[in-house]
Amino acid sequence: MTSNTHAIDISVGLFILLGLGSVMFLTAQTLGSSGFSTGETYTLQARFDHIGDLKTRAPVALAGVTIGRVSQITVDPIDYRATVEIRIDSKYDQLPIDTYASIATAGLLGGKYIELEPGGDEEVLRDQGEIEFTQSAILLENLIGKFMLNAKTESND
Amino acid sequence: MTHLIRACWTSFSQFAATFGGFQMFSLRLLPYLPKAILRPRLITEQIYSIGALSLVLIMFGGFFVGTMLALQSYSTLVEFGQVDSLGAFATEALVRELGPVVATLLFVGRAGSAVAAEVGLMRATNQIAAMELMAVDPIQRLIVPRFIAGVISLPLLVAIFCTMGVLGAYLIGVHQLGVDPGAFWSHIQERVDLYEDVGSGLLKSLVFGISASLMCVYEGFHADPTAAGVSRAATRTVVITSVWVLLFDFILTGMMMPGG
Repeated sequence: MTSNTHAIDISVGLFILLGLGSVMFLTAQTLGSSGFSTGETYTLQARFDHIGDLKTRAPVALAGVTIGRVSQITVDPIDYRATVEIRIDSKYDQLPIDTYASIATAGLLGGKYIELEPGGDEEVLRDQGEIEFTQSAILLENLIGKFMLNAKTESND
Repeated sequence: MTHLIRACWTSFSQFAATFGGFQMFSLRLLPYLPKAILRPRLITEQIYSIGALSLVLIMFGGFFVGTMLALQSYSTLVEFGQVDSLGAFATEALVRELGPVVATLLFVGRAGSAVAAEVGLMRATNQIAAMELMAVDPIQRLIVPRFIAGVISLPLLVAIFCTMGVLGAYLIGVHQLGVDPGAFWSHIQERVDLYEDVGSGLLKSLVFGISASLMCVYEGFHADPTAAGVSRAATRTVVITSVWVLLFDFILTGMMMPGG
């Protein structure tokens, strides 16, 4: 009887350890994206004429390295521009005030993200600051439309 | 015509009575839950027979669902040149949907029907009546430990199922189909969110664990005290729980859909 209950205890213990180990495994493998957001961050704002299909939680990259994420997207009801709030890791708090933000596309079919290009100003962006220099998303459809229009007018000449 | 209406009414009122009885039974269990901690031995034994013994089936199932997902998604992804995100695709599908649902279905088939049959047979052989006669509360002694063991076991089994699935997808994706191992893991890290995907999967499995365990003990405890009644209880457990899990998974997915 005693050895029997002992065996049960061991297998239950192993089962629960295995289960918790699996939870740890899944956590460790997926922590990459959200683990970042648990650290210290600061918030910046940028206003764009058009954001394409930028989504919240899209990466914010500096020189191609993700340093933050889009936290909120709203539209200003007065001047009709999109206001994008981004959270940046506090480690990178030395961005010059004339930093340039553009909406880029990852690969040809990939999702939109914000690419930051630091300027040369000595003053740095503070929490709740606004990035003044922005460039909207390039809409592939519009480009194709313009191109086709040009081709048409040229052939008419 | 009146026959038809009467038959409909009878079956409807039967359904309502079962449903109501189930709710009352669930409420009756609540006050017993804190007291159950005083007898941890009973719960351990049930975790052994419900959870630990289902382990092999769950690991087997998870592994092969993972390999299947890898093979299946590869044939689509390769057309778009996106095979690097095979790992992310398989992991997301596993932790969000397939893990909780398939693991629960296997769990009900393996352990749930056994619980219902065991408790039903105790009812049929008057063991429950004998317990009541000895002033042992059968709910405290039989039902609550099985319920708690099911609620503890299922989320763990789902996590194991998903892990085995990811490993299976890795094995097929990387070693068989030639996906880059670095891209496999980094896409998982990038695309699969801890709270939104893994968290919602585990929340689902907890909900399924509670409802599936309740269903099993309810069916067993209220089985007709005959041989046919016991077999009916086991069948009904599997059928009702499967339908419920598939239906409820759809509702939960709709609720948890990002932006949906």
